[in-house]
Amino acid sequence: MTIQFNDETFRDDYSFYNSERAIKRFPFPFHEDSYMYSVNMEQHRGGPVDSVYEKRFDVDEHYVSEMRDREMVLADDPLRCQSLPHMTLAGWDLLELIMVSKSEDYPDLFELHRDGNNWRWVNKPLGIDDSFVFLDETTLPYGPMEYITRQAQGDFCVLDQRDDNLWMDAGMVTTQADWSLDFDIGMNFFEWHAPVPLAHEKGIFVRALKFLLNIQQGAPARRLNWTMTVNPLLDTSPENYHKWGIQKTTLTPENLGAKQHLRVELQTFFRLPRSNALVFPIRCYLCSFQDLMTVPKWGRRLHRVIRDLPEELATYKGFIDNRPMMLDYLSKFDDGLPTSDGIWPDFETEPALQT
Amino acid sequence: MSKFQFPQSIKSRPVYGTLEPREGSAHLFIADAHGAEAILDVATTSLMAKAHIIYIPKGEAFEDDLRALNAASFYAGPSYAAAEQRIHKALADAKMGLQVYLAGTEGVMGQAQNAAMQAGIPHTAIQTEHRGSTARRMQCVHCKGITEDVETDPFQCAHCGLHLFVRDHYSRRLAAYQGVRIDAEDHGNVPEPKGIYE
Repeated sequence: MTIQFNDETFRDDYSFYNSERAIKRFPFPFHEDSYMYSVNMEQHRGGPVDSVYEKRFDVDEHYVSEMRDREMVLADDPLRCQSLPHMTLAGWDLLELIMVSKSEDYPDLFELHRDGNNWRWVNKPLGIDDSFVFLDETTLPYGPMEYITRQAQGDFCVLDQRDDNLWMDAGMVTTQADWSLDFDIGMNFFEWHAPVPLAHEKGIFVRALKFLLNIQQGAPARRLNWTMTVNPLLDTSPENYHKWGIQKTTLTPENLGAKQHLRVELQTFFRLPRSNALVFPIRCYLCSFQDLMTVPKWGRRLHRVIRDLPEELATYKGFIDNRPMMLDYLSKFDDGLPTSDGIWPDFETEPALQT
Repeated sequence: MSKFQFPQSIKSRPVYGTLEPREGSAHLFIADAHGAEAILDVATTSLMAKAHIIYIPKGEAFEDDLRALNAASFYAGPSYAAAEQRIHKALADAKMGLQVYLAGTEGVMGQAQNAAMQAGIPHTAIQTEHRGSTARRMQCVHCKGITEDVETDPFQCAHCGLHLFVRDHYSRRLAAYQGVRIDAEDHGNVPEPKGIYE
């Protein structure tokens, strides 16, 4: 299958858009009509054809433009990519994992040729053809983690495992839901999650950590997480919050459907073979409310989830002030009919909106 | 001076204890202001025989009392920055079995802990005891500038001038709490500052 790459922006004029195909495969994060934190882990072993779960590292129509946006973020602020000195081997592990996965999963887009440690990597969408020596940093233009994550959508946290904990010791973080790698680097699992409300008390992080510490090579896991973003802005960083925060006040009942985006993170977890580190890719998908409403089931459900979400969560996710306006919009797409279980659109079985 | 009880907080916020003498080949004490009292409380003749005290008085009158403990090595200096090279050397020269004791304000304990971590000592092996001012060392997440001794929330960044909300989220690596623009979603709407623990 050939992918038509969009030429689009995630800033300034926000020309980002989702094709009909991208809307249909959007990872809608609510499997029922309500939401509360849970350790919603499952094995990451493929999924329905053309879904975002199908490949190890999903490549979609936004790939080329997202990589261009990442380059701009890094030019402004190189501290978005950092790796503590003991994490270089894990960086090579990650480079190998991504190159092998992408060349196997998308042979028409990526090629990896290996002759011992002499490797050649071809990335056709980005026009890259590099030969280098595996495990020799001097043969790449960046460190191994930075090199490969400049060519892979989503943020990447590389977690060292020691003392029965996970440590945020390296990462490439330019499409984050308002957290700072530069501030959090070196923290353990509980510390970097410290600002999250309710979940500590519910024991979520203790259970999640237990699960993650036991992830084995070749048996990756995944979960979805979500928040809200006004405008399709990938770089919702704390560093730039003083600039983008005000955009939340630009919503009106007229522009809400186009401007308000549901932001979904496909989080996956892979054990790395040499370093025993854990890589935690956080892939961000954006979809405007008006595009989501083209799926009747999602329209009904999103209204119910947002309406019933506890206040602490709406505050933490940063949309408490806009919630009434969002509900006015969403309520028009909720006719009260029941919805089917699970996240999939179920076009064939779910009725159209009753008016 | 009585010890301040910090309110319950999130998991990245440091928790401080009470210094206690430990077996060690050498003992490095780093303190500022009222942190001197914690050293005076824990000091014994045998501990002091192998002790190096680095003290930043910040206008408090404990220097003579500390000097009278007859530590093997003693230094009093005007600021953490002034003491920093001496701290790095003490840590670089350290042998196995060094014990590190930090006391005083969060800013000085945090920076000294960071120096010790860089020298390879796990943060969990370092003793800390808070004494005196509860002011915080803050990093502006926007301009990355550090503002020392912040006592109010919100406060104005000493570097970029933004008005910042004082978070409890703390970075050991930066030895600082995080400050985030408080009026980012409503420019100019800055509440009256009040004490962080009021």
